[in-house]
Amino acid sequence: MQTHKAKRVEITIEAVMESRLTDALKKAGVTGFTVLPVLGGSGRSGAWNRSGQISRASGMVQVVCIIKPDRLDDLLDSAFAVVERHIGVVSVVDCEVLRAERF
Amino acid sequence: MDQLLSLAAENLISPIILSFVLGVAASIARSDLSIPEAVAKGLSIYLLFAIGFKGGVSVAAHGIDGKLGLALLSGIILSFVLPLIAFALLRVMTRMDRLDAAAVAAHYGSISIVTFVAATSVLESQGIGSEGYMVAVAAAMEAPAILSALWLVARGGGSGSKGMDSTLMREIMLNGSIVLLVGSFFIGWATGEKGLAEIAPFIVSPFKGVLCLFLLDMGLVAGRGLREGGRILRPGVLAFGVLMPLIGSVCGLGFGLALGLSSGGTALMMVLSASASYIAVPAAMRVALPEANPSLYLTLSLGVTFPFNLTLGIPLYVAVAQMMSGG
Repeated sequence: MQTHKAKRVEITIEAVMESRLTDALKKAGVTGFTVLPVLGGSGRSGAWNRSGQISRASGMVQVVCIIKPDRLDDLLDSAFAVVERHIGVVSVVDCEVLRAERF
Repeated sequence: MDQLLSLAAENLISPIILSFVLGVAASIARSDLSIPEAVAKGLSIYLLFAIGFKGGVSVAAHGIDGKLGLALLSGIILSFVLPLIAFALLRVMTRMDRLDAAAVAAHYGSISIVTFVAATSVLESQGIGSEGYMVAVAAAMEAPAILSALWLVARGGGSGSKGMDSTLMREIMLNGSIVLLVGSFFIGWATGEKGLAEIAPFIVSPFKGVLCLFLLDMGLVAGRGLREGGRILRPGVLAFGVLMPLIGSVCGLGFGLALGLSSGGTALMMVLSASASYIAVPAAMRVALPEANPSLYLTLSLGVTFPFNLTLGIPLYVAVAQMMSGG
């Protein structure tokens, strides 16, 4: 089957920043993304677990978007402006999609 | 003194406090006991709705006096001023840098609605009346402290602060807890005793049982915070977590007496001034001061000040308010 090259960007960020990030992505022309709940983890800021969180202050979410390679820089510039000073991880991996016109 | 000891003992062996203690103990012992996130959220929605509704019904029953506006203004002033006191104390008592001290200070100017709910429960069980509009005062005290903290950071050069934008302001003012509390207050006010009678089996009878479960969850969270963030609680930081609520309560007492509130209302003003936020302010601090250390302010407000207020603070404030206001 014919597949097409794309970039999958995963941004794990504090839940309080979710709407700011997705707004920035939309402004950068990225209209397709998926927001996933994060169950827990550990990093430079210590261990974290979703259970028992009484507010969104210390919760995390992951925003995943798949885009054409030529749009990656715009997306990263927009995302970086939001996440620069916050706890989180931004990663980019190569992927392939079936329907290129959707990205 | 006898009354204070008796009230403290009665408070300590209440199901509410013991549920909290169970949560802390289970968490420190690394039990797998946990309240599912959605259940905890449901419990908090129930408590906020019930407390707001009952406050509104109380205002409908007793009417509004001129003190309402003054009480709201007092709450706002306290919320602006308490962070300044907390900030000065932190800089003297601890080695916290300006950014962390300002973020912690914001928590101590804002309020803990669960401490407020627990205090109203204690007052009810003691048969002590209070002004129903204290719920509105609680809502008014949520946000001003955040502005004080941002001012403190800006005054020091502003490094580390992302400031207050319109989105953050909207998020703070329309925080779900505030909307629910104020909204249910107005529903209670509009429908009065008749409205309360219609839903009393839901919001009055199960209230304390639900509060027990919620405090069990709070105990689990506080215990986990202490277990993971305990190392940051150096003597100066720990002392601040106990001293600041006492200072705040004295400020609240002054305002309560000056306004001529009832002994219950004065006690609630003390509780509001003594409590530290762990819901609205931490979220705001993560956005506005992202480089401040969240484990510092969450461990202090939730692991030190909240348990102190819940176990010893509330009976102390109630007894002092009764003594000073002649209740």
